[in-house]
Amino acid sequence: MEWRWDWVWELAPRFVDATGKTLIAAGGGYTIAIILGLVFVLAQRTPLLPVTLVVREFVELIRSTPLLLQIFFVYYVGPQFGLTLSPWTAGLIAIGVHYGAYLSEVYRGGIESVPKGQWEAAKAINLPIVTTYRRIVIPQALPPAVAGMGNYLVGIFKDTPMLSVIGVAELMHTATAVGAESYRYLEPYTMVGAIFLAVSLPSAFAINVFEKWVRRTLGMTK
Amino acid sequence: MTENMESYPLSLEGDGIPMVRFQNVTKRYGSLVVLNQLDIDVSAGEMVTIIGPSGSGKTTVLRMLMTLETIDDGVIYVEGEPLTHMERNGRLVPASSAHLRRMRSKIGMCFQHFNLFPHMTALGNCMEGPVQVLGLSRKEAEERSLELLDMVGMIEKRDQHPSRLSGGQQQRVAIARALAMRPKVMLFDEVTSALDPEVISEVTSVIKHLVDTHNLTMLMVTHQMGFAKEISDRVCFFFDGAIEEQGAPTKLFENPERERTQQFLNAVLHAN
Ligand SMILES: Nc1ncnc2c1ncn2[C@@H]1O[C@H](COP(=O)(O)OP(=O)(O)O)[C@@H](O)[C@H]1O
Ligand SMILES: [Mg+2]
Repeated sequence: MEWRWDWVWELAPRFVDATGKTLIAAGGGYTIAIILGLVFVLAQRTPLLPVTLVVREFVELIRSTPLLLQIFFVYYVGPQFGLTLSPWTAGLIAIGVHYGAYLSEVYRGGIESVPKGQWEAAKAINLPIVTTYRRIVIPQALPPAVAGMGNYLVGIFKDTPMLSVIGVAELMHTATAVGAESYRYLEPYTMVGAIFLAVSLPSAFAINVFEKWVRRTLGMTK
Repeated sequence: MTENMESYPLSLEGDGIPMVRFQNVTKRYGSLVVLNQLDIDVSAGEMVTIIGPSGSGKTTVLRMLMTLETIDDGVIYVEGEPLTHMERNGRLVPASSAHLRRMRSKIGMCFQHFNLFPHMTALGNCMEGPVQVLGLSRKEAEERSLELLDMVGMIEKRDQHPSRLSGGQQQRVAIARALAMRPKVMLFDEVTSALDPEVISEVTSVIKHLVDTHNLTMLMVTHQMGFAKEISDRVCFFFDGAIEEQGAPTKLFENPERERTQQFLNAVLHAN
């Protein structure tokens, strides 16, 4: 079997389109995850014990079951309870919740790395709790969390192929469709691999640079 | 709260209301009784120093007054008003967070390890409370902060982050940060203990200046016996969560009555 460059060029527009969809899925899922993660971690730190316990168990549940199952669950089980979602919506929800659970743990590590004395100093100048988070704790929790957050951004990107199983036309879905049409899988799947590599590697580098920048900006020279 | 709150006044009345009163205050951690039915009064403008062996509850006294710890029994009053409690239908009930916030604004604290905000400059540290809590404009807060940084001799380092400052410099910024909130009571918890010997006087001279020029009420925990003797109006010797002996500094340091006080002072003076 010979590698066919001409076909690769022919397929290029479809793959550009699919790459865009993959990036949108990853970006959308990540945005949801970033916010949900914050909700999860703050819910676990409220003084309301029932809330804390329920959220903690939920996060644990999400982290101990496969993403693929969660995608199926939202997409196929949802309708049986009257919740019919498009593949895109179901996929983004599943990925957002899944990675939100992981990000909440990253945030938690960051928050716990802030010394107790910082909370006490904030209290001693009478900062309200929300201001304490916003001005004192989160800026210090962020630098140690950035690396973990970055890893999960790459992770979410690499997990987007799972959305192909419910018909989201991202890269993997496109490659499989192309293969099925032409009975040639070498080029489409190689292209998927190359595109993932081309996005992941620079991202990892960019995250590294960003992490240093965050530290510097916040004056944490370590 | 196992106790009958009826025996505590809803507020202190009459002449000479103390700035701070601990009435029958008990603090426990599990089965460990850290403070045992403690009574202390501190008058407005008074400088009271707390000395005593490690673990005797000195820090706990300050932390309760700063509302960093809750209390198990008793009531703390500030300016005659309960701090740990509030009045509800003619009775004292545990303070709400709103009540604590209002009362806490009267109190400032400096810590052994400074606890400056590492992501803010010296000036930023001082401005944070005035801007975020008191609602001052940035300009007003900056003016106030610069004045205080000048007073503690840190004006030239105003744009430095704490990681670029020595311990003595950090502690001076921390004093300015606390003062920027215009507290009526200042608490100092071993503010020189983490410092190299040669910079201790940078900090003690700032505190001395405060005593000389401000009408602040101060409670200070220290191991600097010479400093305590020099600037205190009264010295309290703590032992096992209670005041073993208290009095004017000359009296307590030169003629201690209690044996434990004598032993402690001997041990400390020989160690130095
Ligand atoms: N959070 C805590 N949990 C349990 N025990 C504590 C806690 N904080 C202080 N203690 C104990 O309370 C006692 C008094 O502590 P502290 O007030 O810090 O003493 P001092 O400042 O006089 O050295 C010590 O025995 C200490 O171990
Ligand atoms: Mg102490």
